Amino acid sequence: MNTGSTTRRTATAGAAALVLALTASACGGGGDTAEGGDKGGQELKGETVTVAGVWTGVEQKNFQKVMDAFTEKTGAEMKFVSTGDNVSTVVGSKIQGGNAPDVVMVPQVGVLEQFAGKGWLKPLSKKADDRARDYFAPVWKEYGTIGEVFYGLYFKASNKSTVWYGPEAFEQAGVTPPKDYDGMLEAGRTLSDSGVAAFSVAGEAGWPLTDWFENVYLSQAGPEMYDRLAAHEIPWTDPSVVKALTTLGELFGDKELVEGGGAGALRTDFPESVEKVFGDDPKAGMVYEGDFVAGLISGQFGKKVGEEAKFFPFPAVDGGEPPVVGGGDAAVVLKDGENTEAGMKFVEFLATPEAAEVWAGAGGFISPNEALNLDAYQDETTRQIAQSLVEAGDGVRFDMSDQAPAAFGGTQGAGEWKLLQDFLRDPSDPEGTAKKLEAAAAKAWKKS
Amino acid sequence: MSAEAPAVPPAKAGGTPGGASPSRGAPARGDDPRRRAARRRRLVAAAFLLPALLLLGALVAYPILFSVGRSLFDASGTRFVGADNYVEMFRDPTTLKAVRNTAIWVVVAPALLTGLGLILAVLTEKVRWATAFKLLMFMPMAISFLAAGIIFRITYEQDPDRGVLNAVAVGVHDVFADRPAYPGARGREDAGETPLARGRDGSYGTAADLTPGRTVSLGVVGVPPKEVPSGAEPATAPEGSSGAGDGVLAGTVYLDFTPGGGGEPGRIDPGERGLPGMTVQAVRDGKAVGGATTAADGSFRITGLDGGPYALRLPASNFAEPYGGISWLGPALVTPAIIGAYLWIWTGFSMVLIGAGLAAMPRDVLEAARMDGANEWQIFRRITVPLLAPVLTVVFVTLVINVMKVFDLVYIIAPGPVLQDANVLAMQMWLVSFGGGNNQGLGSAIGVLLLLLVVPAMVFNIRRFRRSQS
Repeated sequence: MNTGSTTRRTATAGAAALVLALTASACGGGGDTAEGGDKGGQELKGETVTVAGVWTGVEQKNFQKVMDAFTEKTGAEMKFVSTGDNVSTVVGSKIQGGNAPDVVMVPQVGVLEQFAGKGWLKPLSKKADDRARDYFAPVWKEYGTIGEVFYGLYFKASNKSTVWYGPEAFEQAGVTPPKDYDGMLEAGRTLSDSGVAAFSVAGEAGWPLTDWFENVYLSQAGPEMYDRLAAHEIPWTDPSVVKALTTLGELFGDKELVEGGGAGALRTDFPESVEKVFGDDPKAGMVYEGDFVAGLISGQFGKKVGEEAKFFPFPAVDGGEPPVVGGGDAAVVLKDGENTEAGMKFVEFLATPEAAEVWAGAGGFISPNEALNLDAYQDETTRQIAQSLVEAGDGVRFDMSDQAPAAFGGTQGAGEWKLLQDFLRDPSDPEGTAKKLEAAAAKAWKKS
Repeated sequence: MSAEAPAVPPAKAGGTPGGASPSRGAPARGDDPRRRAARRRRLVAAAFLLPALLLLGALVAYPILFSVGRSLFDASGTRFVGADNYVEMFRDPTTLKAVRNTAIWVVVAPALLTGLGLILAVLTEKVRWATAFKLLMFMPMAISFLAAGIIFRITYEQDPDRGVLNAVAVGVHDVFADRPAYPGARGREDAGETPLARGRDGSYGTAADLTPGRTVSLGVVGVPPKEVPSGAEPATAPEGSSGAGDGVLAGTVYLDFTPGGGGEPGRIDPGERGLPGMTVQAVRDGKAVGGATTAADGSFRITGLDGGPYALRLPASNFAEPYGGISWLGPALVTPAIIGAYLWIWTGFSMVLIGAGLAAMPRDVLEAARMDGANEWQIFRRITVPLLAPVLTVVFVTLVINVMKVFDLVYIIAPGPVLQDANVLAMQMWLVSFGGGNNQGLGSAIGVLLLLLVVPAMVFNIRRFRRSQS
């Protein structure tokens, strides 16, 4: 749908590769613990469940382990179809061709809405509903609910509130991971005194800037305002937006904090921004982006995540809660699938901690499932990322720009991306930027 | 692409008799064998024309009509909005920017290309290895726009370590200018006994209250550990506020940052090193009256000062950022830069075409002119160019049409933040309809505008073509 999400997806795939490499023993989930309701060993023997999803490579292999665990439990035969990046097109054509998969792993809230809007989805069963209520923070169920009907169960999550740093640079400057936004700027200034810039900001790609803004806004204005802004119920000229932009401008406008200054940041694309912190010649101490940065760090720059690269959760702004901007893949059941019943059983299975444990053990996976024991994660970094996601509980919010019409939140050189890039170049006028954002948003929402 | 312009006229020329024949043919009456034969001939002609007409209709006429129709509907394609899309189009600043840039393209690129092609064609006429040269010039035509775009994206890269143009620019610049000693460093402000303050020109200075005889420590921060010269020695604290001697201001410039943290700002802590090679000036009433360069331990002595208070200044030349080259892909230069890439690809095309025209030119005229004593410039101006005029116009008009639909180069070379500054109509059409805008109504309207702009050039080309045929 846009380059941003593509990059993120590839990066996530990389993240999976990383953790696999770290945890040499990627054993599949053997431990089938008895678990209420689903007994009966081979009840689905002879039935085939087809699952479609965007995963390829390592992610697909790890998901296969989850499906194998289901096979072992129920005897159902599982088949995975990779759709590539464009899920809605592929699934749409499969439905038209009378060849619909039973279960689809939907990667974005917008796509989920689209599916529901077209009437492709079957409401999830009572059991899946109960489990979602028991095991997940309510926010995940809400994001899976379209117009009162619960359609999507979030199985895999991502955490976009992680600030990655080079421990060596921190040591050299004598700073420790900060607890709040001001502390982060303070640490940044000390870093800059020590001779490296504080942040490397990927301004050439627009989407990291939207993520920056979302974290600041979520923490400063709170989840309720965040929801209203995401739905465009309040205008972008709202004082809370101006305030968040001002806060962000404090960082963006400080040449000591941003590597290369605004102009330099605008020439830095996303992989480059990571390279500037974790490459051979580090120029900055910190880079902010989601959990998938780990994949780049280990895959492309050969640094050990957890030792040569660490993260701290995006700190709280102005005394708010620390923000957790997340996302995830939701499992939905298609009406037109051949084996909807068995598909539903599979989604019920995905709601259990048992299913999450299988992939968590293989790595490259964060579960929003609160019942999952954190010990299931095999490396410290993933465990911490998962922990901050689960601890945020109901405060987790999905990426705002992903929920907006693409013309506003997902287009290179236009809408929010472009305006935040202009803001990065010259953050002196938050109000003017807010006005322009509102104008672009109004136009995009009117059209969609 | 070059094939497109010539390809249209024959189809059209073929279509005309087909279209004209029914009007001429009166309904066949009676059984006059001659008439029947004529009718048969027409039927056969129509049968032969039918596939071409069908293809033209399905692939050209229908899409055009569909686009025109689509441009009258809104984004969803269900609601009729009349001319709203056209109004919206001219109200939207991004589209206007695209129109402006397309205009720049149309004015600049074809003229430059035709001129360059002409010059090169005339010059290669006189060279023995003309074929090799022409082949070389034509080579970029064999590279796809996408690949050429990537090549130029890298060529224009700002970082001199990557972009070859800026590597040259920086190289040339550095031959004539000294590199600053500590690029990106800065004075420690608001700390210590003699705090530094940033001047408007990027220098750092103390307050103007230092009398000769004092020793001062000046803290500097923001020097990467790797860039501290290896010969730098630990700084020593100047002893008290006197002891420098008469008429002397002395002191130390040091890196006011203890590795690992813990140092106190504005004081020389153990382990902090002096910064050698730093220029220090004594300033009185805004004028530098004396200066010195720091030694290995960062110490300096400025001698020959008399009387009243001075300020010490670290001039901006110590800290200046290194010359970063030219911002080729910045908002100002991005369109010219992309036009440059376009020239690289298409020069060969215009040169070869014009060269062909040149080869077909009657030699005797040139000979005659030479006999009459015309010099080469006169021959070029008065004979070659006028005789080549038809070829030049064909090349020019073909390029105009081509330039109007330039898309891929712009899309690939312009980085995200300046995409709008480099926008052209064809790209705006794509962006609006598919690249995130998802408004195919508005996109169709831009497409129709583009068509209207191209049509005059097309008509002109077809006319020319017909005339040259008859």
